[in-house]
Amino acid sequence: MTNDELKIKLSELVPPIAFEESAVQATPDGWLNVSVEPKDWHEFAKSLKHHPELRFDYLFCETCVDWKTHLTMVYHLESTQHRHIIVVKSKLDRNKPEIETVSDIWKTAEFHEREVYELFGVNFLNHPDLRLLILPEGWEGRNPLRKDFEDAINMVKL
Amino acid sequence: MTNEKDINKEISKSEASGRVSPPSGEPEGASFPGEVHPTPTGGVLVTAIDDVINWARSNSLWPLVFGTSCCAIEMMSTASAKYDWSRFGFEVARATPRQADVIIIAGTIVNKMAPVLKRLYDQMADPKYVIAMGACATSGGPFFYNTYSVVKGADHVIPVDVYIAGCPPRPEALLHALITLQKKIKSGLTREQIRMTKPE
Repeated sequence: MTNDELKIKLSELVPPIAFEESAVQATPDGWLNVSVEPKDWHEFAKSLKHHPELRFDYLFCETCVDWKTHLTMVYHLESTQHRHIIVVKSKLDRNKPEIETVSDIWKTAEFHEREVYELFGVNFLNHPDLRLLILPEGWEGRNPLRKDFEDAINMVKL
Repeated sequence: MTNEKDINKEISKSEASGRVSPPSGEPEGASFPGEVHPTPTGGVLVTAIDDVINWARSNSLWPLVFGTSCCAIEMMSTASAKYDWSRFGFEVARATPRQADVIIIAGTIVNKMAPVLKRLYDQMADPKYVIAMGACATSGGPFFYNTYSVVKGADHVIPVDVYIAGCPPRPEALLHALITLQKKIKSGLTREQIRMTKPE
């Protein structure tokens, strides 16, 4: 499905998800970007996976960006059947970053979300096992990929 | 008169063959330490046993298979056919520290890896040598500033004998470092050798 066809298909998707038309646009690399409210994300994700013409069954990247004013969750999805790709972004409140987990939809998200949890401090609601992934014990609550992260002992500031 | 001539001849002969010089083309460091005094039945070798031991050790350095990032790719390249470090006596890379003589720190050492590196070093049998390969192992390199996880130089964890610049260094640079280490061992100046000769 081309990006334009995807766009139409997405706008027809499950009524409760209202994303702005301006939020849907293709980036220079040719991937369709969709912005979604955190509260709508889980339902939207489900329909992305199960809609017969979309079938986004492969979450190949899940990460987070710290924009200093807010955090943005980024999900890259591909359909192994139809071979189309979209990027879903969701803005989070930096002081209380919370979003529903998608590990029940794409199993791979379980580890990705643990990584985002330890590095950015995003709280994934209903995650089955939300704890540190790579960082050693004692790092709970300190999120090294936040832009304002400080570590007087290990870090040389430039 | 003739007798004196003969003696002079003998002296110049022994001067010429005083040192067992390597066949032309071989690096200078490969020469055997000591002097051979020819006798009618062959020759007498005069040398110091420490020098012979150092010579033997330096020409049979077994590196540990240890690579933490892209420098390891260069290290593998140095080991393989094109550069072939076994020409200089680094024949067999060992996968266990118990059998290795030299540890080439090929890559970034992060805080989580530091205790592992220390343990590997402790497990190696004496005498042991360390080469810090590339910018990360030397100083943290590109990860010196604004990073929470990287050790700023592997010498914070274990003592280093030879440092190599580069990111990553070319295989020639690693070969040069290994030959430098050999020279250092021959002259008895590696950290390990100094530590062993010093009374505690």
